[in-house]
Parts: sequence; C-alpha cells; structure tokens
Amino acid sequence: MIDFLKKLFGHSGSSSTAKERLRLVLMTDHLELAPDMIDAMKRDLVDVISRYVEVDRDKIDVTFEQQDKALAMLANIPILSVNRANGQPAPSVAVAASAEPAPAAVATAPAAADAPAPIKRKRRRRKKAKSQGVAGVPETAPA
Amino acid sequence: MHLRMEEKEVPQTDAVRAKLGRAIVITSGKGGVGKTTTTANIGTALAQRGASVVLVDADVGLRNLDIVLGLESRVKHHLLDVLEEHVSLDDALVADKHSASLRLLAAAQSREKEDVDTEKMRALIHTLRERFDYVLIDCPAGIELGFKNAVVGADEAIVVCTPEVSAVRDVDRVVGLLGNAFKPQLIINRLRPQLVKKGKMLSVEDVNAILRLPLLGVIADEPEIIVATNRGEPLALREDAPTGAAYRAIAARVAGDDVPAPMPSVALTFFERLGSMFGGKRS
Ligand SMILES: Nc1ncnc2c1ncn2[C@@H]1O[C@H](COP(=O)(O)OP(=O)(O)O)[C@@H](O)[C@H]1O
Ligand SMILES: [Mg+2]
Repeated sequence: MIDFLKKLFGHSGSSSTAKERLRLVLMTDHLELAPDMIDAMKRDLVDVISRYVEVDRDKIDVTFEQQDKALAMLANIPILSVNRANGQPAPSVAVAASAEPAPAAVATAPAAADAPAPIKRKRRRRKKAKSQGVAGVPETAPA
Repeated sequence: MHLRMEEKEVPQTDAVRAKLGRAIVITSGKGGVGKTTTTANIGTALAQRGASVVLVDADVGLRNLDIVLGLESRVKHHLLDVLEEHVSLDDALVADKHSASLRLLAAAQSREKEDVDTEKMRALIHTLRERFDYVLIDCPAGIELGFKNAVVGADEAIVVCTPEVSAVRDVDRVVGLLGNAFKPQLIINRLRPQLVKKGKMLSVEDVNAILRLPLLGVIADEPEIIVATNRGEPLALREDAPTGAAYRAIAARVAGDDVPAPMPSVALTFFERLGSMFGGKRS
C-alpha cells in the first residue's frame, strides 16, 4: 500500500535526464582531455583509408558531438584522388562512429592517454571503400 | 590603528612551528556554488574548535569573504598590498569578530587576478602555514590564472559541488586539473532532499558515482544561509541551526575526527509518517 502510494506520488522527475546528460558530457570532456589519443586515432584512421584513396592528411577534421543518446565521432577527410580504378571519385569521406559511452570511461579521471597500438594492416583488398560507416558499440550496463 | 597578532591564540611572526599548518584550497570551477560560504563556515567552525585559522580571499577583484564574515568595515589592506610589500602581513590580517583565533586576509577589490605574482603567492601561503594551523584559500571561479594562484600554495583541496549537471562537470574538470596531489575531498552544497526524493534533483549518490571523491559532507539548500550572510554571521556559530551543526561536523572531519559525514534529512511526508506508525512497530 505504502509502496503503491510512493509510486503514485514519486519519481516523475528530471534527475534521470540530468544523470544521462552528465554521463555523456563527461565522456566528451574526457575525450577532449586526451588529445594524444585523438591524434593517434586520426593517424590510424587515415592509414586505413589511405589504402583505398589518397587523402589530404593536413585537412582532416575529427570532432565529437552528442547525437541523441550517443556520442558520435565525425571525421571529415578530404580525398585527393582515388588510388584504384574502382568507383566514383568522391570529394570527401565522412566517417561516423557512434558509441553508447561506457560508464567506466566516464568515471576515469582525465589522464594522459597512451597512444593505442596502430591497427594491424590487413592486406586483403576490398572492391570498394565504404564511404560511410556507422559502428555501434553495445552499451555496458550502467552502474 | 593596525591589528597586531598579539593574542596568544595566533603564533608570533618569528615563532617557528614544529609542523607546518595545512593549506586547503576551496574550489569548484563554477561560480556561485558556495565556495565563499563554505570557506567562512569551515574556517569559523575550525577556529571555534580552538585551532588558529587564516582565511585567504584569493578572489581578487570580487571580494566577498569579508562580507560573509561581517568584517568588511575592518579591512584596511589586502592580499596584493602584502604580496607587493606595501604593508606587512600583520597589518593586513583582520581579526574576526566572533572567533579569537580566526584571521582574514581580504582580496583587493579594485585589482585584477593577473596582478597576482604566482611565486609570491606560493611564498605567502608558506609563511601563513608557519603561523597558523589552517590556511583556507577561497578560490575564484574559473580555471585560469586566478585558480592557479589560489592553488599554488595549497597542499589539499576541498571541492564544492551543487547537484547540477554544470557544477558536476566543472568539478570533474577541476579535479582533473588538480590531480591526486591535493587529495581532493567533496562537499555537496545546496541539496534539496525533497527534490531528490521526488527524482527531480541529482542525489548525493548520483553526483559521487561520477566524481568518486571522499565525501566530507552535504549541506542543504538553506534560506538561513542567506540570512546569515546578510548579517555577516556564519551559520557555523549557531548552535541551534542544523546547517550550523553540519558545518561543525565537516570541520571536525577536516580536523581528523571520526564523525559521520553530515547529511540533510528529509522531513517525512504524511504517508511515510503513517507508514512508520503502522509498519515501524513491527520491524
Ligand atoms: N547551502 C546554501 N543554501 C542557500 N544558499 C546558499 C547556500 N550556499 C551558498 N548559498 C548562496 O549562494 C550564493 C553564492 O554563494 P557563494 O558562497 O558566494 O558562492 P561562490 O563563492 O562559489 O561563488 C550566495 O548568495 C550564498 O548565500
Ligand atoms: Mg566566492
């Protein structure tokens, strides 16, 4: 009975919205605080894409923004020329990756992030480079 | 008419302390969350326990601490006068009205944060640590030079956070900048237990699930604090006020006493009272 009344009068609130926003905003903050990591990621990304097209390394722009419930990474990579005669030349490749931020990353105090090991190159050829990819990382249950 | 350090509670200039006092910076990143109120109240409560305490207003350009303590009419010189060696430290320290072992070093109102020499600030805080048990530094908002100067001489930090997204985010940033060397401890200020209960405000657990800091205590959002500030009499002096007791408990914890972190209580609703009347007897 009491529980029923509690349910009736309680928990309609905005604190869960606040919690969710806080989680996302800190995820972004911590990413910004780890420029080493972002640089390393950019480098690896370019290495992969360069296997298919020639890109303008100096004009690459990687940003992070909040999209609905997820944090999205947006990469704008100008393409100078297509290396292999397969597919239409495109002015740029936009790579978007979004991930439900894991709580562990939110809780970690900003620290100098170690540069991740470069991605091992697979020498397998693909017919066509995907111009847009969205990778979702499954959500880890929040604490 | 200068105030001299002649009371026995405060060591003389040349007295060499066996051990340096503790220099604690009270900071938050965000403005208006209660740093100055917290500094005045913890300082008062520590002094009431018999410790010698000096409060340093490092918010150059926006002097507040003297008002909260009701000392504005006693301030003749300020921090920059001392740093720039226009007056002696003794001439600039203002004796508190209520607590014999409490002193204030006011900020300059008509100067800028950029005028503070970081190395001189470090040296000054060290000098104060030689003479006082506690040096509490009221930090300005922001993370620029004013923050740096407030932090430079400190060896510990108390971070003040309100249960709001922006405040938690800023504290997170500040704690990241401070690093572990300052052993930051958390005070959650302006909590409204009723709102938390209704799910309309972040709870202590919500905030600290993110910040993960040792919790010194929680202070309620309390209209009496505004009244106390109007009067220039910190609530920590008031025996009857629950929030005064909370500040005294925080001061005790700062001093190392093993007392629980104060937590504002929720007034029971009608149904809860009903529940405890019927259900309470059984359990
Ligand atoms: N627990 C509280 N309950 C109610 N009002 C408070 C509380 N703590 C601070 N305040 C009020 O909030 C305002 C800002 O507090 P202040 O201590 O000056 O913050 P800061 O130094 O962080 O800018 C002041 O008007 C103060 O009286
Ligand atoms: Mg202030």
